[in-house]
Amino acid sequence: MFEKPSTPTRRGVLAASAGAGAAALFSARPAIASEEGGEGNAVRPFSFHAPEEELAELRRRISATQWPERETVTNESQGLQLATMQKLARYWATDYNWRVVEAKLNALPNFITEIDGLDIHFVHVRSKHANALPLIVTHGWPGSIIEQLKIIDPLTNPTAHGASASDAFDVVIPSMPGYGFSGKPTSIGWGPERMGRAWAKLMKRLGYTRYVAQGGDWGAFVVDQMGLQAPAGLLAIHTNMPATVPADIDKALQSAAPAPASLLPDEQRAYQQLVRTFKQVDYARFMAARPQTLYAIADSPVGLAAWLLDHNDADGQPAATVATALNRISSATGEQTRDEILDNITLYWLTNTGVSASRLYWEYKGGFFNAKGVSIPVAVSVFPGEQYQAPRSWTERAYPNLIHYAHLQKGGHFAAWEEPQLLVSELRTAFRRLRTS
Amino acid sequence: MSALSPKPRSTLDASIAAGAVGLLSADLAVASNGKAVRPFKINVPEDALADLRRRIIATRWPDKETVTDQSQGAPLAGVQELIRYWGSAYDWRKTEATLNALPNYLTTIDGVDVHFIHVRSREKNALPLIVTHGWPGSVIEQLKIIGPLTDPVAHGGDAADAFDIVIPSLPGYGFSGKPTDTGWDVDRIARAWAELMKRLGYTRYVAQGGDWGTPISSSMARQSAAGLIGIHINLPATVPLEVAAALAGGPAPVVLTEKERAVFEGLITAGQSGVLAYYAMMTARPQTVGYGATDSPAGLAAWILVHPGFAQWTYGDEAENSPTRDDVLDNITLYWLTNTATSAARLYWENAAAGSIIVAAAQKTAEISLPVAITVFPEDVYRPPETWARRAYRNLCYFSEADKGGHFAAWEEPQLFSAELRAAFRALR
Repeated sequence: MFEKPSTPTRRGVLAASAGAGAAALFSARPAIASEEGGEGNAVRPFSFHAPEEELAELRRRISATQWPERETVTNESQGLQLATMQKLARYWATDYNWRVVEAKLNALPNFITEIDGLDIHFVHVRSKHANALPLIVTHGWPGSIIEQLKIIDPLTNPTAHGASASDAFDVVIPSMPGYGFSGKPTSIGWGPERMGRAWAKLMKRLGYTRYVAQGGDWGAFVVDQMGLQAPAGLLAIHTNMPATVPADIDKALQSAAPAPASLLPDEQRAYQQLVRTFKQVDYARFMAARPQTLYAIADSPVGLAAWLLDHNDADGQPAATVATALNRISSATGEQTRDEILDNITLYWLTNTGVSASRLYWEYKGGFFNAKGVSIPVAVSVFPGEQYQAPRSWTERAYPNLIHYAHLQKGGHFAAWEEPQLLVSELRTAFRRLRTS
Repeated sequence: MSALSPKPRSTLDASIAAGAVGLLSADLAVASNGKAVRPFKINVPEDALADLRRRIIATRWPDKETVTDQSQGAPLAGVQELIRYWGSAYDWRKTEATLNALPNYLTTIDGVDVHFIHVRSREKNALPLIVTHGWPGSVIEQLKIIGPLTDPVAHGGDAADAFDIVIPSLPGYGFSGKPTDTGWDVDRIARAWAELMKRLGYTRYVAQGGDWGTPISSSMARQSAAGLIGIHINLPATVPLEVAAALAGGPAPVVLTEKERAVFEGLITAGQSGVLAYYAMMTARPQTVGYGATDSPAGLAAWILVHPGFAQWTYGDEAENSPTRDDVLDNITLYWLTNTATSAARLYWENAAAGSIIVAAAQKTAEISLPVAITVFPEDVYRPPETWARRAYRNLCYFSEADKGGHFAAWEEPQLFSAELRAAFRALR
């Protein structure tokens, strides 16, 4: 029996089922209209329950994996090593428990609302504190809202985490189109620009008239676009993957030229880091070129896991922080763990979003780290494991209205996931003076 | 039985997933020393084929592409149709019988079992020829040229044009062994092929190749392999240095003929279309690519079909057209049954340092002094102009532009391809 190609529907994500399971993967409670009224603006509560047979099917597929032979090297230079993948797969198929993170997700207020023809899923947690600053946080690839789960409570409930009530945020965490529980676009055009406009509509729909936006990875592209679009109500953005490279330097980078001699020492360093990054992003270039060709990651859990794990950071490919996390069973300080990595991969599997998520690379035709010309207030946190350490000089030129700039001592590309306490502290500091109270 | 436990495999004990029965059977070795040439038969266990069909039927599909063309990769509907046929009506046993009707051998060279087909012509003075396939191909590409080349009289040719033919599987491909250490780049494969021809007793022979077969045949020529008298290639490395620099983002070359400019612009367009992303990906991360392609038949098929050489194929929608849907599935099934998606991809990683296979300087064509023959097929990934070919190969003995055929010329146009080889090598006999 073949699974029929799905017919796109208005609520594509609600009908999407993984594999040939008969039970619907998602359940949505009856729609309720928002304060704005109008059927198209409805904000519907959402919860998620993976059918037991979907989880059994996943375990069955992992156990039945046909493996390639071992790599011919003793390092990661050919990709994820066989022993690493087999160890992870063994745990994934046996002791890993999706229900733990599912319960965590369902304990949060989840919603779906249709924007620009697509169902957008988001977590929305209001602070109990008056004058909380609304904040929309955008994840990246190969991430999801799973990246942000650990920052929700410290941001919305600062007094429980040793901070002041005056630093409270209301938090909105959407799933990008084609990712997680959001709908999958069935036509082209859903790049960061359109997402930026959709997020502004979402914040307006939620009744926010003064808010800030944060992002890393693709989320950084989205907040840069929001900065350029400067929608009503957006006070500032925070990025942990700033796009600061001056046009002439970017041109030299793209043609693989040696670093211009005029660069300052930290600019030289950033240049060399970017040269390295551009040698490690063939996965991104592939997804930009042929995302649909990745049929294997829809059909093979291990194929999906390897594809999602083989992105780089400043310290390695796969990212050094992720490689470390694969061996971390638990963390009292909120550092990334093996279960969190599998939570994210399992979310991609259950929602069958490996290919739809990849398509974002195809959609985007712009530059990567080049300065985009954002003139609204911008806050920047530079984590040491990020692709490059944005120098203050470039950052000030790229973001002339720079309200915060800080170097952190640890953390990599997935700041919220890896170092939630540090990122939260950065967001409190960065946005403190924008608050009205 | 869990497939999670790693199991070292050689070609001979390669089994599908947890299958207990050996995939391949080798007859008794004919000699006892390390240079033995052992007859070889293929006998895929029935449960391996059943497992493949089961996996095909259980395929979990992604959503449909968001465009109406191939710009995001092989479109869902076409892949689904092909895979549906693969899981129902396709019959591997036909190809297995075709392969087994040919003389197949294994011999260990430089520590790796090399599989090859070896057909001697009944004609006297047949010219020995070693033909090398590329990625994502296999010996399946060459099956249709064996008859015309070894038995020209039966195919409208002349007895004087007969060849003895040797068709090896590249290390890591098909029925050859998978290297377990690094270093199997084109130069090492070229040395292995020279040893193979020597072992078969050939002292005067020619070599042919397209795709990876071109740099391998060219390396044999560069090394002046003992007995090699000339090569024929159909993906020649002709792109001049200044044009390669322009393709890499440098200034556009000033002096180009009209024909050269058309080729140059075609290469620019191809580069921008993302058509070479698969090449970069396998060069960088073959193991990562391998996990999905090894575990998912549909994933493997789509990964193979990403090659631009398939862009013109209709996969047998018109049954009389060559190549057929069965042709493409024979090849994909061979990759599946031998579990060679990863080992085959590793050839790109091995050759990362050499640079582009179509750039003359990268392939050191100036170091070739043996005669070189070139046939340009119009639908190949680029159409090298004769002017560039003459600059790249100082002893160019034959240059011909075929009026049809593409990247997989032997597979697509076996009669035309055979005629080209006859013409190319006639003067060398």
